[in-house]
Amino acid sequence: MTQMTMIEAIRDAHDVAMGRDEKVVVFGEDVGYFGGVFRCTAGLQAKYGKTRCFDAPISELGIVGAAVGMAAYGLRPVIEIQFADYVYPGIDQIVSEAARLRYRSAGDFTCPLVIRMPTGGGIFGGQTHSQSPEAYFTHVAGLKTVMPSNPQDAKGLFLAAIEDPDPVIILEPKRLYNGPFDGHHDKPIVPWKKHEQGDVAEGYYTTPLGKAAIRRSGNEVTILAYGTMVYVAEAAAEEAGIDAEIIDLRTLLPLDLDAIETSVKKTGRCLIVHEATKTSGFGAELMAQVQETCFYHLESQIIRVTGWDTPYPHAQEWDYFPCPNRVVAALHQLMEE
Amino acid sequence: MSKTAPLSLNVPEPGCRPGDEPDFSDFVVPEAGGVTRPPIDADPNDIRDMAFSIIRVLDNEDHAVGPWAGTLSNDELVEGLRHMMTLRIFDARMMNAQRQGKTSFYIQHLGEEAVSCAFRKALQDGDMNFPTYRQAGLLIAGGYPMTTMMNQIYSNSQDPLHGRQLPIMYSSKEHGFFSISGNLGTQFMQSVGWAMASAISGDTRIAAGWIGDGSTAESDFHAALVFASTYKAPVVLNIVNNQWAISTFQGIARGGVGTFAARGHGFGIPSVRVDGNDYLAVHAVAQWANERARSGLGPTLIEHVTYRAGGHSSSDDPSAYRAKEEVAAWPLGDPIDRLKKHLIKIGAWSDEQHAKAEEEILEQVIAAQKEAESCGTLGHGKVPSPRDMFEGVYETMPPHLVKQRQEAGY
Ligand SMILES: Cc1ncc(C[n+]2csc(CCOP(=O)(O)OP(=O)(O)O)c2C)c(N)n1
Repeated sequence: MTQMTMIEAIRDAHDVAMGRDEKVVVFGEDVGYFGGVFRCTAGLQAKYGKTRCFDAPISELGIVGAAVGMAAYGLRPVIEIQFADYVYPGIDQIVSEAARLRYRSAGDFTCPLVIRMPTGGGIFGGQTHSQSPEAYFTHVAGLKTVMPSNPQDAKGLFLAAIEDPDPVIILEPKRLYNGPFDGHHDKPIVPWKKHEQGDVAEGYYTTPLGKAAIRRSGNEVTILAYGTMVYVAEAAAEEAGIDAEIIDLRTLLPLDLDAIETSVKKTGRCLIVHEATKTSGFGAELMAQVQETCFYHLESQIIRVTGWDTPYPHAQEWDYFPCPNRVVAALHQLMEE
Repeated sequence: MSKTAPLSLNVPEPGCRPGDEPDFSDFVVPEAGGVTRPPIDADPNDIRDMAFSIIRVLDNEDHAVGPWAGTLSNDELVEGLRHMMTLRIFDARMMNAQRQGKTSFYIQHLGEEAVSCAFRKALQDGDMNFPTYRQAGLLIAGGYPMTTMMNQIYSNSQDPLHGRQLPIMYSSKEHGFFSISGNLGTQFMQSVGWAMASAISGDTRIAAGWIGDGSTAESDFHAALVFASTYKAPVVLNIVNNQWAISTFQGIARGGVGTFAARGHGFGIPSVRVDGNDYLAVHAVAQWANERARSGLGPTLIEHVTYRAGGHSSSDDPSAYRAKEEVAAWPLGDPIDRLKKHLIKIGAWSDEQHAKAEEEILEQVIAAQKEAESCGTLGHGKVPSPRDMFEGVYETMPPHLVKQRQEAGY
């Protein structure tokens, strides 16, 4: 075990993957010599050479499209989209090409590629450095979508994604890169080094895709969260003094329905927390799944606490980002019903 | 088995990295005054060489020479110098304000001041720029109030954009400055659309699109060239080649051969390169291109050859990827320094006047800053109300947003 930040864990995961398999190639804007604006790929070019880790032109369409071609050839491309907000120019290649290659060619061509992107707000990044686009991806058949909430998972999920024979999107909550926080966005981030999930196993291991983790066990209500919101949920459960079970989904597609169903059937209540806008957000899917599988076990309505249905503002971001207070209020509302 | 040797991938590298000696010896600096000034209706095929040379007016002895000289009076040149000085001082103060926690982010123009300042003076009121984050000179030279710029940077109670946009992502229709997007390249295409609309409407206004060298790799750039050339849109398409796209040198977006300007050739668009650190040259070329657009002769592609002397943004440390000495080694010099020397040479300016102007401008910038700070700064909490966050998503707030606003307590 070594203490690592999430950035270090992701870098280490790249290193392990590139060391194990020379088919793994890494590219994207600024990822080569400089090691990426968040430094997730620092040192890889020096270690593995510039044909295995290199800078790409600023063309998300080009980056994804090239990766599709490489994957079809038989390489294992790992690409970085500098910020999730900039994936849209590449979305045609992801949705129309990467996701369907296996299906439409009847397995003649496949697309084992990993697309990483820093996601979410809480760093004063304004509307073009703060978005949570997960719902765009989970709507697409043929993709897998992952969002880790800590260094240990970030590395394990990354290595599992590389091994996966299909395209995997990894959304990395940039607010968690350097440390977890206590859920209250105006409080400083504590270093991962002091956190048990900052303890990362050395070498190769995988965290299976499609498996949620129980971050806190409880009997009164199930909170479904992922990424940064896991910490907001933890803070809220603590503050509300409610015996909540917190499930960190980790993979959004395929979703760990078993874990969700087991928990909600036990607690009888369900609260969903995410940072993205509410309307047609991933919470809507979770709500539908819970009511389809747990309807007769529910003791109250299902509630969502999400970002507002506005673009992500710059100066008011703490009012946008769901805060523990809102989650506490929702918890009380659920318990009263 | 194939009989040919194994293939290998070409990944371009810049000439110099930290620790290396900067070497611009293969950067050819054409002689000032050496490029002809064709008539505005020249056949693009006859001026293809202009995409490979660099139009320069100021020579090494600080004289203005050649067919592109003489577009500005001495007074106008002094005004241009003051604009560039203002932008530089403004930048320094705002970088500092960012370091002091008064705002979250800043982007400066160090070394690139001539590009936007001179270009603005060749436009007319009513024309529309679709700028990137590195053309605040369009506002400074266009007379936009510095206090308002700072209010935006501070996201304070007087921020015209209500704290919604990242600092420096200004917007002013009145000043011909389209709202900046953080998504690179998108606005290059929009400038063509705006210009097409002007043509469709029988208007007389033209548009100017702006893009960085790195961002020319985006598909939007290529789409813009297709549309501009197909519809002969009244637009001037500006590429600001400042050599770097964050840590990535321009060769990654450009490839091993050609120039950025030469990309216009495939579309039959007249394409020229200009010394972006030469205020006179930028102005003259802008005037030529704008006249072409305004006369219905269609688009022009301009590559401004310049150098980003500062960091990419307040979050960037360029010493991690390029040699510190590269800034000083840049062969086209500093735009402010060059114009100053020229003005002194022709007797229109002096070191004393320069020092005095510097003082005056600093005072003006500080006064603007004081005024802006009295309305609040991001770091000190006096930001627009969260109520504002819900406004302006739609013209009329739909019921679900009204409900969310109430839920938020506003
Ligand atoms: C679509 C998109 N992709 C990536 C980014 C991240 N990014 C911001 S600035 C930048 C470099 C731009 O370089 P260039 O176009 O040369 O302009 P310069 O900053 O040098 O003026 C990058 C990659 C972005 N803003 N938008």
